[in-house]
Amino acid sequence: MYAAPAALFVLLFFVLPLLLVGQMSASERPLLQGGQGINFPDNYAGIADDRLFWPAVGFTLKYTVIVVVVLLVLSMGMALLVQNRRRGVGFLRTAYFLPVSLGLASASLLFWGFYSPQIGPIDPFLQWLGITDEPVRWIGTPTMALISSIILVVWKFAGFFMLILLVGLQSIPNEVYEAARVDGASKVQSFFRITLPLLRPSIALCLIISVTGSLLAFDQFFILTNGGPDNSTTTVVMMIYREAFRRFDLGSAAALSVVVLLVLLVINIAQFRYLRRGADD
Amino acid sequence: MRRSTRTRATTAVTAAVLALVVSACGGDDGDTDTTGGDGEATGDSSEDSLAEGVDDGSTITMWTRAATEAQSQRLVDAYNASHENQVELTVIPTDDYLPRVGTAAGAGELPDVLSLDVVFVPQFTTAGAYLDITDRIDALPFADDLAQSHIEVGTQDGAKYVVPHTMDLSVLFYNKDLYTQAGLDPEAPPTTMEEFAEHARAIDALGGDVSGTFFGGNCGGCYVFTWWPSIWASGADVMNDDGTESFLAEPEAQAVYDIWKGLVDDDIVAPGTQDEAGPTWTGVFPEGNIGVMPMPSTTLGLMPDTFETGVAPIPGVGGGESTFVGGDAVGISSNSEIPDAAWNFIAWTLGDEAQVEVLAQNRDVVARTDLASNEYSDQDPRLVTINEVAGVGRTPYSMRFGETFNDPQGPWLPLVRNYVFGDGSTLEQDNEAVDASLQS
Repeated sequence: MYAAPAALFVLLFFVLPLLLVGQMSASERPLLQGGQGINFPDNYAGIADDRLFWPAVGFTLKYTVIVVVVLLVLSMGMALLVQNRRRGVGFLRTAYFLPVSLGLASASLLFWGFYSPQIGPIDPFLQWLGITDEPVRWIGTPTMALISSIILVVWKFAGFFMLILLVGLQSIPNEVYEAARVDGASKVQSFFRITLPLLRPSIALCLIISVTGSLLAFDQFFILTNGGPDNSTTTVVMMIYREAFRRFDLGSAAALSVVVLLVLLVINIAQFRYLRRGADD
Repeated sequence: MRRSTRTRATTAVTAAVLALVVSACGGDDGDTDTTGGDGEATGDSSEDSLAEGVDDGSTITMWTRAATEAQSQRLVDAYNASHENQVELTVIPTDDYLPRVGTAAGAGELPDVLSLDVVFVPQFTTAGAYLDITDRIDALPFADDLAQSHIEVGTQDGAKYVVPHTMDLSVLFYNKDLYTQAGLDPEAPPTTMEEFAEHARAIDALGGDVSGTFFGGNCGGCYVFTWWPSIWASGADVMNDDGTESFLAEPEAQAVYDIWKGLVDDDIVAPGTQDEAGPTWTGVFPEGNIGVMPMPSTTLGLMPDTFETGVAPIPGVGGGESTFVGGDAVGISSNSEIPDAAWNFIAWTLGDEAQVEVLAQNRDVVARTDLASNEYSDQDPRLVTINEVAGVGRTPYSMRFGETFNDPQGPWLPLVRNYVFGDGSTLEQDNEAVDASLQS
């Protein structure tokens, strides 16, 4: 009975909206005119026919893999760097964490301004230094647009994952390292044999958050690249947005959302299994 | 539908009956458009009241997009200063406008007065977002002089839903100083697309930071606005009348793309052209390093004094001239409870005073052909050029305009980019995607 408030909360804010989305995905729902009857399974069947769908899936997966790897490696490096109290460490920790406090949309707009060939300061600066002799097309080619987006995302989130890993690092007792040193283990050995295994829960948490976040990427591409050039950075969630708010078709947007939800569910179950196994070792 | 009080509902029913009597009923949901701001029925069938609406101290809500904010704001300020009614203007970022309005329309939460990029109007009239204002428009003494391209796009099955609000036409802007430097006649702007390319090349040869031309190379709406007039001027069309079939792979369209492609291939365009997604595309010409380019007429008032700007109609391949009659159309939303007050504002914006003293004085295009030549345009021949070309311009009609042409994920942007920046081999296939989108 004492769980009633929590259960009510879950019912109201999670189960009910989920049922509504499910119902929406099975019906004909133009945004402008309200409900118009059943449209099952057409909303689902139409997903794979959309010329944007498979490229968007491919790009979202590619982006996720790259971002997760880059973020984790970089955050780990940063966490190790500021792990021990030394001069300047406090400043570095703050500096690394500052971008986290900025909203992703604001950060995207900021970077859009930086990269802009018309108003951006980066290109003139690089030319002034003599590094480049013409504007770098930061968001002009598919490859550069992806790299520029990744720079933004890493700048924005590396501090956050650093913090999680830092907490993990500090919870490893010093005695373990002492014992390893007595046994003649090198620094590299103790990192791979002690630090990484003991950090497993923290790493798994970072993985789950970054994988889920990347698969749901929207703001940065919506604002920075507009899904371009030539749809090369269009993510699955951008497709959902287009269906709902550009094509005014809530039914197919909901169907796509349900598919994305199921995929996320599968991926997260797999990750949790991995995490559990790590905890049982 | 917004919930209203019981008294209001009763009044509304009474008014609805009256409305049927005076045949000024709008909306297909039995909603009424003849309750005044105080809930009193004003079922007055006299032409005057129908044409003027009521000025009874109502608060009128209005939405507009950032792109046309300056014009709307000036009109609202002038109206508020001289009327009992007060208009509260909300400005929404242009890129966000369609999603916001679409969501509000679905929830019945639209403002009293809704201004909309004219190409999106058909989608909203069909969805019942606007009130039928046929009788009100027809009661205006200058009804026939209103920009017909806006009126036509807002007409559905014989019923009229919108009037022109802010006119934005695409015209050629050219830098007379650079024309002189390149040995061209600054009083002889291009009259064919071939000449346009010639002039751009001659100016580009000046070297340094100077470029022949510029365009929004990653912006679907910019292409539509600046390139389609050349297709029309060549005597061709871009779509069928229903807006369900694309002619954008036809030879006339290709001829226009080819001229631009030549300029791109020879690097006559300013740096950043290919990546310009729209936000900064009109900011390049005023810097003084671009020879000649098509741009919105609304930017005329923003031109600097550092060089002399000339304006000319956009030509077609081999001659002719046309323009994209864009801008915003405005109407009363079907969930407005004070349509008479809302109409009072809208009708006033179309009157002589607002058109001449508010719009023309600021070098904006008037929405009435009978005012094309006025005391302000007579001082600036460029305005006469713009006002006159409005008569030969067009506003394309399609129910699927935004998602096909404006949306960066729509099929039009890849079509034109593949042709101009690529090898053009996918034109037919890309055009099929445009057709599919128009028919979806």
